[in-house]
Amino acid sequence: MRYAFLDEEAKKEIRRSILKAIAIPGYIVGFASRELPVARGWGTGGLQVTLAMINEEDTLKVIDQGCDGSVNAVNIRNFIKSVTDVKTTTNTKEATIIQTRHRVPEIELQEKQTLVYQVPMPDVLETVEPSIAKAKLLHANADYSKLWVLLYEDTSMFGDSRISNRYPVMVNDRYAMDPSPIPKYDTLKLNNCKALQLFGAGREKKIYAIPPYTKVEPLKFEDREFKVENFEGKKCSRCGSQDSFLDEVYDDDGVTHYYCNDTDYCDNNLNDGEK
Amino acid sequence: MILDMRSVSKVFGKFCPNCLETTGADFNSSICPTCKSVVGVNDVNLTLAKGEVLGIVGESGSGKSTLLQLIYQDQKASLGEIFVKEFVGVDGERKNILDANLNELSHLRNSLMSMIYQNPRLGLNYNFSAGGNIAEKVIMSGNKKYDEIRNRALFFLEKTEIPTSRIDDYPEYFSGGQQQRIQISKALSSNPKILLLDEPTTGLDLSVQAKILDLIKELQHEIGFSMIVVSHDLGVIKHLTDITVVMKNGQIVERGLTDQILEDPQHPYTQLLVSSVL
Repeated sequence: MRYAFLDEEAKKEIRRSILKAIAIPGYIVGFASRELPVARGWGTGGLQVTLAMINEEDTLKVIDQGCDGSVNAVNIRNFIKSVTDVKTTTNTKEATIIQTRHRVPEIELQEKQTLVYQVPMPDVLETVEPSIAKAKLLHANADYSKLWVLLYEDTSMFGDSRISNRYPVMVNDRYAMDPSPIPKYDTLKLNNCKALQLFGAGREKKIYAIPPYTKVEPLKFEDREFKVENFEGKKCSRCGSQDSFLDEVYDDDGVTHYYCNDTDYCDNNLNDGEK
Repeated sequence: MILDMRSVSKVFGKFCPNCLETTGADFNSSICPTCKSVVGVNDVNLTLAKGEVLGIVGESGSGKSTLLQLIYQDQKASLGEIFVKEFVGVDGERKNILDANLNELSHLRNSLMSMIYQNPRLGLNYNFSAGGNIAEKVIMSGNKKYDEIRNRALFFLEKTEIPTSRIDDYPEYFSGGQQQRIQISKALSSNPKILLLDEPTTGLDLSVQAKILDLIKELQHEIGFSMIVVSHDLGVIKHLTDITVVMKNGQIVERGLTDQILEDPQHPYTQLLVSSVL
């Protein structure tokens, strides 16, 4: 078995695509998505990006919607561990590579960390322009008026955008980009992030990136506020945190509980409390 | 001059050296005898001053619409130069719009010119509401403030006598005449310097035609943009325009004040055209 599963040619090609993506923040770069022992659409894009860049000195963390313990996260972590033998962790601070599905960790990421997103739909224009050829031209022309009209129509009919996740962002004042289905809550964390952010879509065969310290802004009207999920008056039933993204859970009696979505953040809060 | 066209030609086909010389009104043909190319527009020179309204008349196939599309860049001209005021290169010199890149082209089409098509389906996006259609044009011309966009849409819908309460309805729920008026609202919402109209009232009933023509005329007086109207309906031309050119087989065969052309046509084809009015 080769180190990191992929053959060296494949890794070389993926690294080249990653470099191009970093050089043009927000631009979608194609790559030849390889077969993996995971079905396409289950994180193969993120997996290939991770496998192409991981080495012996890395510490890996994999999360699925904030959780280190969900089936998808555990399986991907075990798979990468089995083909590379790198250290794995659930601690956000210790990790050098964090592969994530649909969440950005709660605590601020640092330089030299890399956040790898698993992306289902890489092109933000897909919802408004079904033809990929035309969408490419719109990107080339920085013509995002159709996204704006969508935002206009939502604002006129509902008072605000209806998009709850996958909120379109402008990267470096140039490309409109799909940030993968992270909640609106996380959108602002992409801006000026100290860590390198890479996006891999295995089924769609696309890679794109946001280099560290890059301007990333949600698409919004100049005279309208960008609103995110509001958890005011609610706190985590486990650690008591009031400033994290919360999951709503109903128990058998129909009582509503709230828990931190980021399990590592919640665990750390508990540990700190015990100290 | 707000628009200046010099020796503009459009040839569909191979385009051999004989194309332009062996077609035109004198030959009564648009098809090149050597290479069988179709010459849509043959060596046209045209200028338009600020606030001027120009009419283009001619039989079908004479190149009226093609000429308009060459100006709006729906099609690329094969030869010639087209200059538009305020469209300048980096050194501030006026720039041939045939050399424009994609970005400059969208600026040209979004901020400097607007086109009103005969069929509203070409000018409107039926997946967007009436307000959304107008918003698209306003956004493309650079405005990113919701309230201003909304007010602009309301303003122009009111100007074109569409009930403003219907701003969020989709175009297919409006009648044909109303759709045409939404298209006019959309075209005007970016404050264009030149408005291009391609048979704006053909296919509408007479009372609606009259209303839309009055509206266009009124808005033109009020806002003062320049206008080019293509029509085979001499009534529309007479009603709207100050000067007129007559086209035949891709060439301009006569030009002058509209009254002059309609009252005292010189070219045999124009005489035929004017005398054919029912």
